[in-house]
Amino acid sequence: MQRSFIARNPSVLIFLALLALFTLIVTVLAEGSGIGIISTSFVKTLGKTLCLCLVAVAMDLIWGFTGILSLGHFAFFGLGGYMIGMWLMYERTRLIVVDSLAQAEIPPTSSEVVDAIGNQIFGVVGSSEFPLIWAVADSLFLQLVLVVLVPGLLALVFGWLAFRSRVTGVYLSILTQAMTLALALYLFQNDSGLRGNNGLSGLQNLPGVSAPQSVVSLWFFWASACALGLGYILAAWLVSGKFGWVIRGIRDNEARVRFLGYSVELYKLVVFTLTAMIAGIAGALYYPQAGIINPAEIAPIASIYLAVWVAIGGRGRLYGAIIGAAIVSLLSTWFTGGQAPDIPLGFYTVKWVDWWLVLLGLSFVAVTLFAPKGMGGLVDLWTQRRAPNRHGADLGPDAGSLREQEAET
Amino acid sequence: MIRLFLAGLAIALSGMVASAQESALQPVLQEHRDLIAKSSRMTISPAIDAIATSGAPQAQEMLEQWAEKNIWMRKSDGLFFIGEKVDAKTYALSDIDTGRMIAEVAKSEIKQLKPNSGVRAMIHTALVQFQLSDPNPSKRQDALTSIARDPEASLLAPLRRSIDGEVDKDLRAQKKRLERLLTIGYDEDTNARVAAIEEMSGDLGVDVRATLNPLLATTRDVAIGDVPQDRNIARTLTPGTDELSVRDAYALLVSKDLAPPLTTRDDMRAALAANIDGGRVGSVPVAQLSTDEARTRAYAALAADGTVSALVTDADVQRAVASHVFFETYIDPSAEVTTAAANALKTIGAKVGVNQALDLTLDALSLASIYFLAAIGLAITFGVMGVINMAHGEFIMMGAYTGYVVQQVIPDHTVSILVAIPLAFAVTFAAGVAMERLVIRWLYSRPLETLLATFGISIALQQLAKNIFGTQARPLTSPGWLDGAWVINDVVSISYIRIAIFILAFVFLAIFLFIMKRTRLGLETRAVTQNPRMAASMGINPGRVNMLTFGLGSGIAGVAGVAIGLFAKVTSELGSDYIVQSFMTVVVGGVGNIWGTLAGAAMIGFLQKGIEWFNPSNTLAAQTYMIVFIIIFIQFRPRGIIALKGRAAGD
Repeated sequence: MQRSFIARNPSVLIFLALLALFTLIVTVLAEGSGIGIISTSFVKTLGKTLCLCLVAVAMDLIWGFTGILSLGHFAFFGLGGYMIGMWLMYERTRLIVVDSLAQAEIPPTSSEVVDAIGNQIFGVVGSSEFPLIWAVADSLFLQLVLVVLVPGLLALVFGWLAFRSRVTGVYLSILTQAMTLALALYLFQNDSGLRGNNGLSGLQNLPGVSAPQSVVSLWFFWASACALGLGYILAAWLVSGKFGWVIRGIRDNEARVRFLGYSVELYKLVVFTLTAMIAGIAGALYYPQAGIINPAEIAPIASIYLAVWVAIGGRGRLYGAIIGAAIVSLLSTWFTGGQAPDIPLGFYTVKWVDWWLVLLGLSFVAVTLFAPKGMGGLVDLWTQRRAPNRHGADLGPDAGSLREQEAET
Repeated sequence: MIRLFLAGLAIALSGMVASAQESALQPVLQEHRDLIAKSSRMTISPAIDAIATSGAPQAQEMLEQWAEKNIWMRKSDGLFFIGEKVDAKTYALSDIDTGRMIAEVAKSEIKQLKPNSGVRAMIHTALVQFQLSDPNPSKRQDALTSIARDPEASLLAPLRRSIDGEVDKDLRAQKKRLERLLTIGYDEDTNARVAAIEEMSGDLGVDVRATLNPLLATTRDVAIGDVPQDRNIARTLTPGTDELSVRDAYALLVSKDLAPPLTTRDDMRAALAANIDGGRVGSVPVAQLSTDEARTRAYAALAADGTVSALVTDADVQRAVASHVFFETYIDPSAEVTTAAANALKTIGAKVGVNQALDLTLDALSLASIYFLAAIGLAITFGVMGVINMAHGEFIMMGAYTGYVVQQVIPDHTVSILVAIPLAFAVTFAAGVAMERLVIRWLYSRPLETLLATFGISIALQQLAKNIFGTQARPLTSPGWLDGAWVINDVVSISYIRIAIFILAFVFLAIFLFIMKRTRLGLETRAVTQNPRMAASMGINPGRVNMLTFGLGSGIAGVAGVAIGLFAKVTSELGSDYIVQSFMTVVVGGVGNIWGTLAGAAMIGFLQKGIEWFNPSNTLAAQTYMIVFIIIFIQFRPRGIIALKGRAAGD
């Protein structure tokens, strides 16, 4: 009965092979390695897309497999970005400050250096003191720990509160959305300690690294690819074992799983916290490539877009989330970047910068109505995997679930 | 008879001439000629005072002309005249005292007095005493406004004199009030001031507080030994407590030249940098100066050489502070006045507190009614039907834009609002019905996907609005009779538009209750919601009922949009600003119950205003804390304030 992990999840091998091939092609063609067919900014776009794919995998775990439509995962993504951004900004400012203070006749004391850094960083919000949350900003290791810890802790506390009071379904979605809104509004304040709506900037420069951006962008691209590969393996491993069966059971009939003796709240909490951590890591890789993070990035709308990508790609299957995130976010960049050609209709010219969101919204409605399996459903046509013929009875609460097939493995 | 009359006339004329000569202004002006010619704000005041107090009847005219830049000085003899332009090069000069035309002279022979704005302000102050008795009531009103804006001791006497002659009742009351306030501030008689303070105590006017507060202004001072008895002491301060830190106390000593200043880090660094000698400062190598300890050592060495003054140590600071007493004195020397003012302010403070609470309640009620208005459509689609409509906010936006478009067609604001309300209902009703037919009815069994699909519609509609109307805010102007505010006193006021929204919210509540409880549609809606199959077997068409109910909820959102657009800016993001709060309102109140929605709106409104009251500068923080509070609240009442019980609760 027990087959190997790979045999049970053929998609892992295919995906990893494709990811490796893609990384290799991009590396060879990138500006950083000499050929230069792919520009540095496009390498960054691709790297960012990989990070978005990773957070989409996390979203798929929590929504596609556990059935919790979280509208807060982009907040965790942003928090991860903020955590790494704090170190990047502190360290880079420190180098500049030390450099400029070295010109003075008298060598600076350590407290003078810290004061000068505070002045540089918080000058825009009319302050010069370091708030408490920057206490460990000088240590890369501790900030990296915080990348995982802060989103994880927030998810743990929020999830514990929400799940123990049995908030489910759309109520939970609205509650997570409210959490995201509260966090975004909090960060928008100048005295939140994270520079208000200025956000953190200059993150694309690695402190102490003199390599050009074309090379740095490749490093981040590789790191993002590694993180995505590892995240995919972790997610596939999670959903293929007993844990995966239980969370799918929770998605399809929570009460029945509870009656079978499983601690539903604990399972949900684990998935919620774990996916928040994955989102934090994805964010920590994304924002150094984007160069700037501000509270607008974690507004509730961003989390909803995340759900849109997963839904269009096909939830309940990991590669679906990746397909959705990659295609939709790249198309978004293409259309909103003004590269798509305008369509002259004679009486009116369709400018895609203006009309892309309309198209996205409507195609999203169409996907929800006509193709609940999303783009990933196309794979079923190829693998001959069909929904079981139930002679007209409901497929279950979730049309994309395919529970009988999964149970066979 | 005629002779007698002529004789009388002659006497009268001679008297007039004599008096004119007695109080002629020209000599006064000549006395201050240099000051007037210079017209500098720093030095002009004796000249203006002299003119104003000269008693000459033409002083007012002269000051007015001066402020208007119509006074010219003849260069040959330095006399001042009122100049009138004849043509570009020629001016007609009139005598200031008699007003008679003297001569027409070339512009090069005369020099214009050009008082700058500071001087003009002083002239206007001097003019006030004349204007207070001006026959024209609006001029008197202007004078009062000017005094209230810029009170001065010298204005008290003219103001008092003018009260008796005042015929206008309203102006008289204003004058009396102003006289009381000026008495508090400037009267020389302490008893009169105390009496005035006691009379005004309990008055809520901002002007009273603005008069009383400066009386209680204090300065910090320091003395050796005991607190001096001849000063009006507010309180003594103990260094090292919250009211006065040791550092501040020492700074006060330094500012009074009672102690040597502390050497700051910057000073120390500068002193060290200035005394580098062969790579060393006071025998400490420069490279080692990166710690405070080494710097202090080097500085001490310099001080020992006598190059710099010695460092003030903590012990020095403590000793200096301990040997002095610190206290706050009122600037006003009279203890009776300051005590009376403090008591009056306390009385006023208590009253203001009560009124502020009232004002806050009104604000909160108005915010609650806005939330209720935004959420009432949702109470139907989400609360009754259980459909999550993320595009609800966009229906609100559509309503607001409908109002805007109607106003472009119908210029009269009152009529356009009356047309816009039903039209907005029609437009959003149609949109709602279309959405229900095309999208939502396929997803009744999949609520999460309804959420996502309606979200897709929401972003499409928002972008569509941006494409049509642009990104900048469009005005939706309220009719004139809704402008202004209902002002109860200086603390409590509420704008009419908010009252209108409050009333509208109640009208909607009534309409909702009527439709749900008294009409066929309401009955059918409730039946379909509870059990669609049973309802269908009773001959109700569930599809039709769902369609109409959804349309109704959407239509109400549209009307709410018109109301919200009246006070908020109409942008494509109008709806998304309210959507989370609207859902919160419905969820907190309890799904499926209109009274719950009302309670939820009231709770969120009062909560937000209450939090804002604690921290008025930061509305963002208020919203953040409110959402956090709601998340915690849902822990304790997951089904909202008013939870449905029994079968109606569903599941």
